[in-house]
Amino acid sequence: MNQVLLIFLPVLFALFVPLLYKTFSRIHTGWFVLLVPLTLAIYYARFIPNITEGPYTSTFYWVKSLDLSVTSYLDGLSLLFSLLITIIGSLVVLYSIFYLDRKKEQLHNFYFYLLMFMTAMLGVVQSDHLISLYLFWELTSISSFLLIGYWYNRDRSRFGALKSMMITVFGGLMMLGGFLLLAQAGGSYSIRELIANGSVIADSPYFIWMIVLILLGAFTKSAQFPFYIWLPDAMEAPTPVSAYLHSATMVKAGIYLVARLTPLFAVSEYWIWLVVLSGLITLFWGSFFSVKQTDLKGILAFSTVSQLGMIMAMLGAAGIAFHVESPQKTIFAFAAYAAIFHLVNHATFKGSLFMVAGIVDHETGTRDIRKLGGLMSLMPISFTIAAIGSLAMAGLPPFNGFLSKELFLTSMLSLKEFSLFNFSTWGPILPWVAFVASIFTFVYCLYFLYYTFMGKGNTSKLPKKPHEAPIGMLISPIILASLVVAIFFIPNVIGKYFIKPAVLAMQPQLYETIDDIPIHVQAWHGWTTELQMTIGIVVIGFLLFITLKKWQPIYRFVSEKWSLNGLYNRLMRFADVDSQKLSNLYMTGSMRHYLMYMFAFMVVAVISTLFMSNGFNYSTANTAEVGIFEIATLIVMIIGTLTVLIARTRLTAIIALGAVGYSVALFFIIFNAPDLALTQLVIETVSVALFLLAFYHLPKMSRHEERMPFKINNFLIALGVGVMVTLVALSAQSQKLLPSISQYYKDTVYTKAGGGNIVNVILVDYRGFDTLFEITVLAIAGMAILGMIKLRRPKKEKKTHETK
Amino acid sequence: MEVVMSFAIGFLFMAAVYLILSKSILRIIIGTGLLSHGAHLLILTMGGLGGEAPPVLADGVTNMADPLPQALILTAIVISFGVTAFFLVLAYRAYQELGTDNLDEIRRILADDD
Repeated sequence: MNQVLLIFLPVLFALFVPLLYKTFSRIHTGWFVLLVPLTLAIYYARFIPNITEGPYTSTFYWVKSLDLSVTSYLDGLSLLFSLLITIIGSLVVLYSIFYLDRKKEQLHNFYFYLLMFMTAMLGVVQSDHLISLYLFWELTSISSFLLIGYWYNRDRSRFGALKSMMITVFGGLMMLGGFLLLAQAGGSYSIRELIANGSVIADSPYFIWMIVLILLGAFTKSAQFPFYIWLPDAMEAPTPVSAYLHSATMVKAGIYLVARLTPLFAVSEYWIWLVVLSGLITLFWGSFFSVKQTDLKGILAFSTVSQLGMIMAMLGAAGIAFHVESPQKTIFAFAAYAAIFHLVNHATFKGSLFMVAGIVDHETGTRDIRKLGGLMSLMPISFTIAAIGSLAMAGLPPFNGFLSKELFLTSMLSLKEFSLFNFSTWGPILPWVAFVASIFTFVYCLYFLYYTFMGKGNTSKLPKKPHEAPIGMLISPIILASLVVAIFFIPNVIGKYFIKPAVLAMQPQLYETIDDIPIHVQAWHGWTTELQMTIGIVVIGFLLFITLKKWQPIYRFVSEKWSLNGLYNRLMRFADVDSQKLSNLYMTGSMRHYLMYMFAFMVVAVISTLFMSNGFNYSTANTAEVGIFEIATLIVMIIGTLTVLIARTRLTAIIALGAVGYSVALFFIIFNAPDLALTQLVIETVSVALFLLAFYHLPKMSRHEERMPFKINNFLIALGVGVMVTLVALSAQSQKLLPSISQYYKDTVYTKAGGGNIVNVILVDYRGFDTLFEITVLAIAGMAILGMIKLRRPKKEKKTHETK
Repeated sequence: MEVVMSFAIGFLFMAAVYLILSKSILRIIIGTGLLSHGAHLLILTMGGLGGEAPPVLADGVTNMADPLPQALILTAIVISFGVTAFFLVLAYRAYQELGTDNLDEIRRILADDD
């Protein structure tokens, strides 16, 4: 129980943040907030040694009758993500304490959103129930929206926030659809049970739809091509947020989902192809366009896009292991390990790079790479961290990025060995895509590093005089940078405690224990293809970097208008402006038009229902005879109605209406309803008197008016309604589907209610409440009438109206 | 008789809807009046018109009119009266304040006010 409640610890703590902010205004609120991720990190760290004995579960039902629960499900994969969330979270909060000014910023808002995100993200990676996973998923989108829009008075922030929300929530909704199909096919909402039930789900006719819909969710969240466009605009968020949400955790939710569902969907070739291809395209696209950026965080955003694509591609390749015999002994075992390993490495080096970008921004006042340069001597520590981070990202030793980059190349090379699903035809191209993308990765890493810290920048022109950041701001990136180096030297320790348990959770069908996973990572693994590729990447990448100024103009050929961003903008404008135009076409504001729609719809709905339920069986059996009185009354009524329609004056119309009313009363007499007749006579008399009072004896009212002009549209709709009512009346008369309950009243009216006049007894006894409410309605109408007559518009307002 | 009544009711509804779709408030109110007349007769017809005596317990009466539609109509008559009275006063006051009983003109005046 504690385990599941701890997911909610951050958001519960968040409730006290505004209070702490107000009470201890002299202490930076971040110091209190820091306790939360630290506590959680320690709590989750306790699971590390024994995680393979798990999974550890803990359930909390929020709607037990609907089987809606939040289940915390901790296995290797969830634990790894939970640790990432809490550890990077602690470092980011620590960093933010120095990044965000206590006096200038609205810290209570910032930390509230951040803690809300923490709960949401922990919920995503630990939920076993699909619905709670979805809810937490959307909560991450919402908290991301709030954090991107934290500086809400800036246009760009609001634009970026909305864009990320639009795209990720669209994906989330698609994913929900996929989840519902999945739960329908598998008969459960629990991911564990669904995976155990995998073969049934694979036979479902909607299998491909589940894959597409769920991948839409994962791809939008993890900024895959072509949905990545929200991520660069999300860089308007404060830098701690970019480091935390938009590189280390939230954007990896999609990765998590793909990894989590791999055992379920990897049997499908579509899954493997979709994930591998989208990953590789994203990898190439992101790295290629990263070199175009001039904003430091823009470069990092595109590089994040590219790296996410790389992890995604590896996860796709990991699915192949389900299709070969004894994959443990082959090259196919590498991809899953490589994906998880790179995910951890990316969190470390990208986190540190973002923090350095934030430091540069903070100390120089700009993030524009065209203005920066030559900061190396002024900010030596920041430079060292940036160098470690960039070179790790470029895939050079002695940094962790080198190891996972080699594994990445291994897993991409494995694709050409795979013979199923057309991989023998297309597979050999894929390593080349990876190769080219890696070259651009190398280029943008140098680009980022060189033009910020080296080169001949004019530091005196910067908005602020640059100097090294305060030590507090440097602690977090230093810790991350040390990890980058440390992981290079102890990859197998990390592998044993973190990576292998996660791989075990991702490919449970393949391995019994973590010792079965045959991977032992080494920096030097012989003169292999991978190493040759790395050398090629470095050489070509270096040449491209030196000639950067010569070929950079090719980016000008990329038209903004036809880019994905242009498409998004046009789509939003379409949704905004054109949909309003469309609705203005029919939402005219005129009550008559709305009534016309309603009547027309009613006619269509009722008549088509009559058709479909075979309501046109008319019989004239059991009908009453037609008598002379009836016909006479009918003629009076019809003449009265016609007179109303063609009356020239109001008086005529009112009197004709009265005639219709009295003829209705006559009908009541003829059809043996004396009570109705009495009521009708009284009411009709009063009504006519009221009509005359209101409209005839009003002094200012003109007594003469034109005959009503004939309108064909109105007539057609009226005719339709008339026909419909006639059909319904005929149908109701001819077909008695259920026996009338009137007999009950006839039988019991004397014995139970002690009365003889059945209608009266029904009104005051059987349906007494009905009558009570009827009287209430009358009372309300009476009060409203009184109010309208007594209340007058204030004189003042009337005057302004008149002056207009 | 029911068949004849069905057509008469359809005619009443047609006239009522045509009036309701007009611009003048008075015609709309007259239209609602006709509509309720039509609805009352419709309920009565649906229950069957073949009764030979009022629905009052009496010796020797075997084929009395259906009491249930009558009870429903009785409620409906009173309610429709309340609604009509309310409409009338509303229209009267609107005319006093705005000087017209044409819906389009009322909309224009209110739009100018904003």
